[in-house]
Amino acid sequence: MMLPLYGYELISDAQGLVIALGLGFGFGWFLERAGFGSSCRLTAQFYLYDMSVLKVMFTAIVTAAVGLWLFATAGWLDLSLVYLTPTSVGAQFFGGLLLGAGFIIGGYCPGTSVTAAATGSGDGAVFLGGFATGLVLYAVAFSGLELWANAASLGALTLPEVFGVPYGVLVLALVVMAAAMFAGAQWSERRFSHLRPGAR
Amino acid sequence: MSAVSSSPSMSRAGGGLSAGTRRHMNPYLAGFGLGLVLLASFLIMGRGLGATAASGSVVAWLVGLIAPDWAATNPGLKGYYAEPPWVNWTFYLIVGAFFGALVSALLARRVRWRVERGPHLGVPARLLLAFGGGAVAAIGAKLAKGCTSGQALTGGSQLNAGSWIFMLAVFAGAYALAWFVRRQWR
Repeated sequence: MMLPLYGYELISDAQGLVIALGLGFGFGWFLERAGFGSSCRLTAQFYLYDMSVLKVMFTAIVTAAVGLWLFATAGWLDLSLVYLTPTSVGAQFFGGLLLGAGFIIGGYCPGTSVTAAATGSGDGAVFLGGFATGLVLYAVAFSGLELWANAASLGALTLPEVFGVPYGVLVLALVVMAAAMFAGAQWSERRFSHLRPGAR
Repeated sequence: MSAVSSSPSMSRAGGGLSAGTRRHMNPYLAGFGLGLVLLASFLIMGRGLGATAASGSVVAWLVGLIAPDWAATNPGLKGYYAEPPWVNWTFYLIVGAFFGALVSALLARRVRWRVERGPHLGVPARLLLAFGGGAVAAIGAKLAKGCTSGQALTGGSQLNAGSWIFMLAVFAGAYALAWFVRRQWR
């Protein structure tokens, strides 16, 4: 097999756009099915009585990570043709802190705010408006940060390279870690069930 | 649309289990489905999912209508401005996501006009916080070159070093502030 198809020029740009619509449909479908169109449900993750965010996110990560490893190891997928966002330690650390802050203050992350807005959520739509405004604000006031982040970039860097551990071993470690986190999540939901609105 | 509540002020916290709505999917099953969509994106397109770039493309295009020279040279916008939304891959992805969420919610009778919040907060305050949170998230996503989709989900599954730093920081930032904004949600 010659994968990714787009990387081997087996599909055109125009076909890629149609495929994007289909992939996006699945993306939005599963976010909504999981209940991620609701800011109260999303933020419950940070009050420990509903760990759905962690469960959905890490199941998805493990599924895709194992799939990527299988296809690459079988020789069906050329990983060098799969885009990897460059690592810039400081920018991704501080950017992550800000995104986490925006998440708990606003109730969403960008993708889930689209899910919410699509299902009639006023707060989801307003979050999306705030997000667009934030992008303009960044362009006006913080463009210097962009130059700093690019200058500090380490390029494409994966954890197997950082730790000097074979790819397959790290995928296995990820599966074990996720299983431990799921057990922790189930425990947390029982331990903090009294925090759930309406529990008392 | 099956509007359970037509007035936003009627809608309170509750996670979508109010009268007329159906239960959500098992989170592990939903995560597995989401993971398969992400894997398909890697195998077909050689890239993962993302939500930031689509907004960036629309914003840069809108700014370009007023100030094309600035949009074409500003470090925060020029990458987006190079490709207008109608030829931008991520824009189609998000349009698809909008309809995927809408169809799913229609089938589960979950579409309703609402402003979600805890019992101690009014609608204007909630909307102000949603707007401010969105703006802060945008600056974070721009700085980190991705959000929960493009970095945490996509990069996480690629074992991308920067994505894991990002993911830990997202959880750290949200948990650190959760206590201060608890009255918004509970």
